[in-house]
Amino acid sequence: MNPTAITFEALRPAIAEMSLGISICIVLLVDVFAGAARRQLTPVLTLVLLAVCAWLTVEMGFVPERTVLFDGLYVADRLGMFLKLAAFVSVGLALFYSQAFLARRGILGGEYQVLALTALLGICILVSANNLLTVYLGIELLALSLYALVAFDRDSGVSAEAAIKFFVLGAIASGTLLYGMSMLYGLTGTLSLDKLATVNAAHGAGFVIAVTFIVVAVAFKFGAVPFHMWVPDVYQGAPSSVALLVSTAPKFASFALVMRLLTYGLGADPTLWVQILTALAVLSILAGNLIALAQGSIRRMLAYSAIANVGFILLGFISADAGGYRAALAYTLIYVLTTLGSFAVVLLAARNDGEAEELDDYKGLGARDPMLALLMLVLMFSTAGIPPFAGFWAKLWIIQALLHTHHTWLATLAVLASVVGAYYYLRIVWFMYFDAGRSQSAIPRQFVIRSAVALNTLAVFALGIMPNALLALCTSLIG
Amino acid sequence: MRGPALLSWIIWLPIGGGLLVLALGDARVRLARWVAVAVALATLLLCLPVWHGYDHTTAAYQFVERLSWIRQLHAEYYLGIDGISLPLIALTAFMTVPVVIAGWRVIEKRVTQYFAAFLILEGLMIGVFCALDALLFYFFWEAMLIPMFLIIGIWGGPRRVYASLKFFLYTFLGSVLMLVALIYLYLQSGDYTIAGFQSLPLGLSEQRWIFLAFLMAFAVKVPMWPVHTWLPDAHVEAPTGGSVILAAIMLKMGGYGLLRFSLPITPDASRELDWLIIGLSLIAVVYIGFVALMQTDMKKLIAYSSVAHMGFVTLGAFLAFDIQGATGTLSGAVNGLDGAMVQMVSHGLISGALFLCIGVMYDRVHSREISAYGGVINVMPKFGAFMVLFALANAGVPGTSGFVGEFLVILAAYKANFWYAFLAATTLILGAAYTLWLIKRVIFGPVANEQVAAMKDLDGRESVVLATLAVAVLLVGLWPAPLLRTMEVSVQHLLQQLSISKIPAG
Repeated sequence: MNPTAITFEALRPAIAEMSLGISICIVLLVDVFAGAARRQLTPVLTLVLLAVCAWLTVEMGFVPERTVLFDGLYVADRLGMFLKLAAFVSVGLALFYSQAFLARRGILGGEYQVLALTALLGICILVSANNLLTVYLGIELLALSLYALVAFDRDSGVSAEAAIKFFVLGAIASGTLLYGMSMLYGLTGTLSLDKLATVNAAHGAGFVIAVTFIVVAVAFKFGAVPFHMWVPDVYQGAPSSVALLVSTAPKFASFALVMRLLTYGLGADPTLWVQILTALAVLSILAGNLIALAQGSIRRMLAYSAIANVGFILLGFISADAGGYRAALAYTLIYVLTTLGSFAVVLLAARNDGEAEELDDYKGLGARDPMLALLMLVLMFSTAGIPPFAGFWAKLWIIQALLHTHHTWLATLAVLASVVGAYYYLRIVWFMYFDAGRSQSAIPRQFVIRSAVALNTLAVFALGIMPNALLALCTSLIG
Repeated sequence: MRGPALLSWIIWLPIGGGLLVLALGDARVRLARWVAVAVALATLLLCLPVWHGYDHTTAAYQFVERLSWIRQLHAEYYLGIDGISLPLIALTAFMTVPVVIAGWRVIEKRVTQYFAAFLILEGLMIGVFCALDALLFYFFWEAMLIPMFLIIGIWGGPRRVYASLKFFLYTFLGSVLMLVALIYLYLQSGDYTIAGFQSLPLGLSEQRWIFLAFLMAFAVKVPMWPVHTWLPDAHVEAPTGGSVILAAIMLKMGGYGLLRFSLPITPDASRELDWLIIGLSLIAVVYIGFVALMQTDMKKLIAYSSVAHMGFVTLGAFLAFDIQGATGTLSGAVNGLDGAMVQMVSHGLISGALFLCIGVMYDRVHSREISAYGGVINVMPKFGAFMVLFALANAGVPGTSGFVGEFLVILAAYKANFWYAFLAATTLILGAAYTLWLIKRVIFGPVANEQVAAMKDLDGRESVVLATLAVAVLLVGLWPAPLLRTMEVSVQHLLQQLSISKIPAG
């Protein structure tokens, strides 16, 4: 292979990662020199830089077709660019929604923003991975940043416990991933996903073990049953704003991981990983929905809801064709959009005298704060998959993909499980509207953040009435 | 037909009006009330040109609006009506007006949200009846659950949470399987138009599964025995307006679904499994009739009576095949389908009126127990007259709308099998028994207690509401010809669809 001269033109498709790397340095430096007196500066600066990065990505990062960089380590395509932009937007929104919350808790530090940005960089690298090593690099960068974020409130014992669990289980998952990758390398002699994609998959028991180990790691990153143990603890133990971050943008990374590693790299013979994913998806949907019924804490409930939703995303991959991947992408996008909204409501519903941690704290919200309750109502009905909200189309497309590939029983199981799931979303509505509240303590107004969450929710509604654009986008990205 | 998009107006005017009422907020309650009534009346008025312009000589869909909606899913915004949907649309628009007026003073908390919920619900329900695209149908069908869930849960009685959740989960469980069936049909036919589904050839085993999936959705909604248990709870706990809409319109969705989806899309499975529907319907008529007899709560009594009366709808709808077996021709089955349709309209009017009557009493005494009343006619003569009229209609006395539907269905049942007719006719005895016994205990006799003695007779608002309904009940009972004529051709068309097997040859 000829050594290529490094010119800007050659690196241009990687503008997202480069600009993000520079932004991280800027935020770090500014935060150090701005000092404690001007602490408000870094969060604003972070958002501005994120906007600049996104703009640069759109302006310069566009590649008309699949382009490979850095000797095949890195791939740029339209799907990748779109996923990066989606991750930019969702991290930006997550940071924006949590500003007031962090300020109140006294942890609105520059480090928080930097860690969020490095996590985002990890997502971008993962999205662009075209080699097993790049995959690993992205995963670790994302995971390490998230471990630190979960433990960010260092005085909180619960947070520390959640972070330790997350770290230990995450390290084991990384171990299995590396193990699977090394076996794959031993069997095929290559780390490149391009080459793996062309290798004939009939390799016997070793191959089965390697793929199984890799899929286990993927399941862990997604938080699919039975590798979901970290999800409820992290959602509940981490500061709410971190839970918001963990529950949204990394889903794009997980989606990309499956797209790059399984459907592309191991796409020659999908039978094996489809079988494992089927089991994971069914278990996630059943266990997630059933365990969520018993939760008393809103964040734990949302965690199990996330597990159930991940099951739905995985169902999209089971059909192993473009129709299913499209549906999975649409589901991921709609899920992240809705979750951003519902976690933002959890952040906003915190009263002057305490957090809104327990489901009971939502009793009477409809009377205390009609607007917030209305937003939550829309978001809950959307997650439950009831029209006229976006969540309905997400579920519909997945079911359609399953029926298209004759997985009728899986489709039936999925819809029946969502009836079980509807109960706990309805329970939030019931608490907010049908019950009288205990606390009369006022909820802070936070006008700007509220307006943003309202727009977010409006998008969920608008996509529910007219999902055309989103579906067309997913179709054009997956092909 | 090119013209103003009337059906869209009838759907979106109440929804838009509801959002407007919601936006007015509880600070402007007086204005919001008037807006709500104006919107409900305007929607009813918009039905007039539709009723008038409807051509009852053709079974083709009319007032058709067809726009591309979701290209990727080949779903269309496709509206239109025929003789089966038109009476139900008119019924929906008609019944919403008394509901809005009845909530005028009675509702004290979250008034604007209450009116908004009913107006939005009205638009969604009319959408269900107008949709000719199955996905659009499902969209309205499910969306409808949200306002009803809130109506029962926010303004309902003491066990409202239980009742609202039971209502929602029951109907949701039924509908999701229908969704699977609809998507399956879409993958076969290539788009979501109901007409496309109806002309799609399907093997018998496919039809059987689809029929059962549809049945889950529609049987819960009707509700048929044994999936009726959500209804008494929902009715008892719902506020008066909620009960009225639930009984008058929502239950009709199930019957409508059977006529629009089950019969024409899966005619062969319907033929094979008609014993199931007929059996369940007869159980509903006879057994639930006895259950109604034993109720001590007025609303529960009317709820069970609804289940029994809706049994006539499902019975009438599925008699066709047995009539063909007995007489060799399907033409005798017209009576059954006509009866089912008339029964739906009639039951909508009568049960709605009865729930309003119970609401009138409840507002004064705050009890639904039969034993809390007695001799009401002594203090409320006007009200007593209305209540007796509606009760007689409920018992199916000739001259009222209740008679026409039941008579037609019993007539058809007789053609199919003597014993069907025999069992169905027991409702004339049972219905009379539980309704008249209710009347005897509540309305007649000496004044039971001081609370009853203190009841004031109807005010102007209540009188207008009940009088309008009374006129409608008598009109349909004495002169059902316009209603029957409206649906005649569409019913014939449906029978023709039933007579042709969809199983692909060879």
